[in-house]
Amino acid sequence: MTGTTTETGATTDTRLEPATPVLEITDLKVVFPGSGRNPDITAVRGVSYRVHRGEVLGIVGESGSGKSVSSLAAMGLLPEYAKVSGSIRLHGEELLGLNDRAMSAKRGSAISMVFQDPLSGLTPVYTVGDQIAEAVRVHNPRISKAQAANRAVELLDLVGIPDPRQRYRAFPHEFSGGMRQRVMIAIAIANDPDVIICDEPTTALDVTIQAQILDVLKTARQETGAAIVMITHDLGVVAGFVDRVQVMYAGRLVEAGGVDDVYYRTRMPYTMGLLGSVPRLDEEEETALIPIRGTPPSLDALPPGCPFAPRCPLAVAACSESEPGLDPVGAEGHSAACIRSGEIEENAWTARDVYPVPKIPAERTAQGPREDRETVLAVEGLVKYHPLMKGAVFKRRVGTVYAVDGITFDIREGETLGLVGESGCGKSTTLMEILSLRAPQSGRVVVFGKEAGAVTAKERFKIRRDVQVVFQDPMSSLDPRMSVFEIIAEPLRTHGHPKALLRTRVNELLSLVGLEPAHAARYPQEFSGGQRQRIGIARALALEPRLLVLDEPVSALDVSIQAGVINLLDELKARLGLSYLFVAHDLSVVRHIADRVAVMYLGRIVEIGDVESIYQRPAHPYTQALLSAIPVPDPEKERARSHIVLRGDLPNPAAPPSGCGFRTRCQKFAVLDEAERTLCRDAHPELWSIGAGPADQAAACHYAQEREPW
Amino acid sequence: MGKFLVRRFISYLVLIFLASSFAYLLAAATLSPRTNFDQLQPRPSQEAIEKELDKLNLNDNTPIAQRYGTWVRDLVLHGDFGQTIDDQSVNEAVARKAGVTLRLIIVGTGLGCSVGVAIGAYSAVKQYRGFDKAATAAAFFVLAVPTVVIAVSMREAARWFNDVTGVRFFEYGGEYTAGLDAGFWGTLADRLQHGILPTLTLALALFAAFSRYQRNMMLDVLGSDFVRTAMAKGLTRRAALLKHALRTALIPTITYFTFTFGILLAGTTFTEKIYGWHGMGAWVVDSITQNDVNAVAAVTFFMAVCVMAASFLSDILYAWLDPRVRVS
Repeated sequence: MTGTTTETGATTDTRLEPATPVLEITDLKVVFPGSGRNPDITAVRGVSYRVHRGEVLGIVGESGSGKSVSSLAAMGLLPEYAKVSGSIRLHGEELLGLNDRAMSAKRGSAISMVFQDPLSGLTPVYTVGDQIAEAVRVHNPRISKAQAANRAVELLDLVGIPDPRQRYRAFPHEFSGGMRQRVMIAIAIANDPDVIICDEPTTALDVTIQAQILDVLKTARQETGAAIVMITHDLGVVAGFVDRVQVMYAGRLVEAGGVDDVYYRTRMPYTMGLLGSVPRLDEEEETALIPIRGTPPSLDALPPGCPFAPRCPLAVAACSESEPGLDPVGAEGHSAACIRSGEIEENAWTARDVYPVPKIPAERTAQGPREDRETVLAVEGLVKYHPLMKGAVFKRRVGTVYAVDGITFDIREGETLGLVGESGCGKSTTLMEILSLRAPQSGRVVVFGKEAGAVTAKERFKIRRDVQVVFQDPMSSLDPRMSVFEIIAEPLRTHGHPKALLRTRVNELLSLVGLEPAHAARYPQEFSGGQRQRIGIARALALEPRLLVLDEPVSALDVSIQAGVINLLDELKARLGLSYLFVAHDLSVVRHIADRVAVMYLGRIVEIGDVESIYQRPAHPYTQALLSAIPVPDPEKERARSHIVLRGDLPNPAAPPSGCGFRTRCQKFAVLDEAERTLCRDAHPELWSIGAGPADQAAACHYAQEREPW
Repeated sequence: MGKFLVRRFISYLVLIFLASSFAYLLAAATLSPRTNFDQLQPRPSQEAIEKELDKLNLNDNTPIAQRYGTWVRDLVLHGDFGQTIDDQSVNEAVARKAGVTLRLIIVGTGLGCSVGVAIGAYSAVKQYRGFDKAATAAAFFVLAVPTVVIAVSMREAARWFNDVTGVRFFEYGGEYTAGLDAGFWGTLADRLQHGILPTLTLALALFAAFSRYQRNMMLDVLGSDFVRTAMAKGLTRRAALLKHALRTALIPTITYFTFTFGILLAGTTFTEKIYGWHGMGAWVVDSITQNDVNAVAAVTFFMAVCVMAASFLSDILYAWLDPRVRVS
């Protein structure tokens, strides 16, 4: 599939030869002047690139690398106070310095953009159809309203919205995130643009929806023949989608070239680090992730020399003298900004050679079969229904949201269970039900042999010592008015830790999570996301719990930082003999850290088993689709893969389909004959053991069949 | 949607009835119309006083529940608010005075809100620039000064202006010149001359509150993604701000409108008193001093109707601006 896209790219290129690039950016600089005494922030420092018709260019970088700012500059959408210099040419015509009126004539017609967050990207008070029609009419004022509406319906159809004529009148809040992103794409392609800039178009979406949106973007490119600039932090998304890729760091390009060159013949240590820190689904053997130490430099006071030097394992004295230019290396079109790129080429170094690979100590409790180990947490038939109420004074029940609909699992000592599923599948509700330590609506939650709900308040308080939690967003889960010492000491104080020993314990915890005792006096806002998450982990570990509940602990972090936190969790588990309940939507991360995995869909577990079996031989069609939808950061593999793309969105949990909840989107259901389908419609499938003998794998599908995902 | 508005309408009727009832009961329990008759020179006979009080349904010897019952019965069955303490029809007085107040409120509200919203939205766009700073200073100044002071200061300023120019440009006594015969345009000009100061007094207070509120609402949506999307489509910044940002930012202001309306009515009282307009606001002050229970209840009824009408209007505006409430 990607093979065909590269072909179309090549043919359009030859047809237009010798072509002026559609978009050419030269030496772009963007400075945000600091207000008051704050220093100026240079977000983009001399970026140059060009895109030709039909070409797909990927721009990769972590947050704050300037990738979004440079594209907003091309659209003329930066705030007025931003100082932009350099040159931005569209078909050879200079855009920089055009006034708003002239620029708005280009925006949406010749150059258009798809933004990251589709939930807030559409005006809430206009119908989606009107918003698309507006894009058509603003550039073609002579088109009648009816014609514009017809064109909007066509576009809705093109981006795959079912019943486009009815859906024209829907408001944004009636659409799911994936559907809103389709609408955003429809707006972007409404006037056959020559360049479409996609700024993290799938980051806010679930992985099965991401696969759908990437397909829509491919269709959009075929329809319009436009060049696409794909901005992302996800090396997997770029691998199979783009022709060329460039890596940004601290406002500059540090490596650029053909996608194969950059991925397989990396010449810049930062790119190596990025590739090494991504948890991989496609590798047979689980190895420690390679984090990049430190954090990106602040853009108001860059050190002289290479901005990556302070984090670079290859840095030598010369690196901090002057900033290296983006010079050609290796194959044609490949360039890197590193004075040691020649050496890297000669020795054919990879991330594993350059970066110190962390050692994960062997697990203490890994020995012994699972059945013999103590059960830390047992959940049996857990149910959580939310009533849907209507009316202001006299409320009446009009329905039920089946948030968690009877799930069963257990966690043994020293084990990590990964609970995965897309947003809205009930994984967070499950977590909150367990943490509440109250009697569930139905079913049982047994923590360390004590049934929650049957214990007194005093006992519950005691159990809390043993069950601690780490939250998703390290920015909001720490009280900004408390110092790090206060944050970590709070659980200790609550549980009557001797006052004299507080300081020692807090220092001990800080060093345990890789921070310095001197950090205790500071406040959360002085730390980066990764460091804050470490503080959150230290707080959770303060009471020496035996079970740690982790709610998406790394999903808010950049990959290079994420790797460090995952390694830390791995290490802590081995050293302290912890058990984890690890909730995540990212299957690659879960594969890396978990021993067993439970896949949830619509409030039920559809497949559960050991990591090996689930990832190598998934049996439930949903698990297969999930794994298939994840792009791997390996261009050749990614191009050769065929993704299973699920249709539609998650059904409304207040009105789940009869029988099997997944059948409405199931790729297997689609190929069954009518007689076989009856079973899926009528009977809800229970979990049943898959595989030969005592294999630890069960799937809730009438027609479960193991399948290689790769 | 229609059903929603009908339900709202019914609940408004109930609220209006409750508000007037409370006002009646409070007035009947605390005011003492008897003293008005006791202090007459020469003092009428005790019998005459009792008879007059009974006739007006103001006799404090009758149990309050019974007086209230009579009042409700007349109101519900005949739409009659009873008699004033001077034995005039309250209904007729209301009919005469309501128009005066309504003219004042409607023009003042329309002017104050629209100018306030426009200035607030524009200051948000020009945040921290000269215009924003000037508008902020003006708004806070007006907010800090009570309506009474504004009204009196404006009257004095107008007097000074008239003296200096030697032209009687501003009028500040009454609603119109009595007995003027100047044709349609002349009458209109006369009314404008009289109306400009009281209307401005009311509008200023509203402008101050609304410009601050609208500025904040607008700032919230200025940086939002959908405004950026609108610009990315090809709308100019101005068009994107007007069509997408302002429209969305107006929604919370509509709710705010309902809340401020009560305060506005209180402001009307002062304004009418100071500029010598014979409207409902001035009347309620007079009625309280004259122990006129029925008039107080009638004015409260009128005010409640105004507040509910404003609330009903904002419901409709809300539904018009935010189609989401129409759908769900």
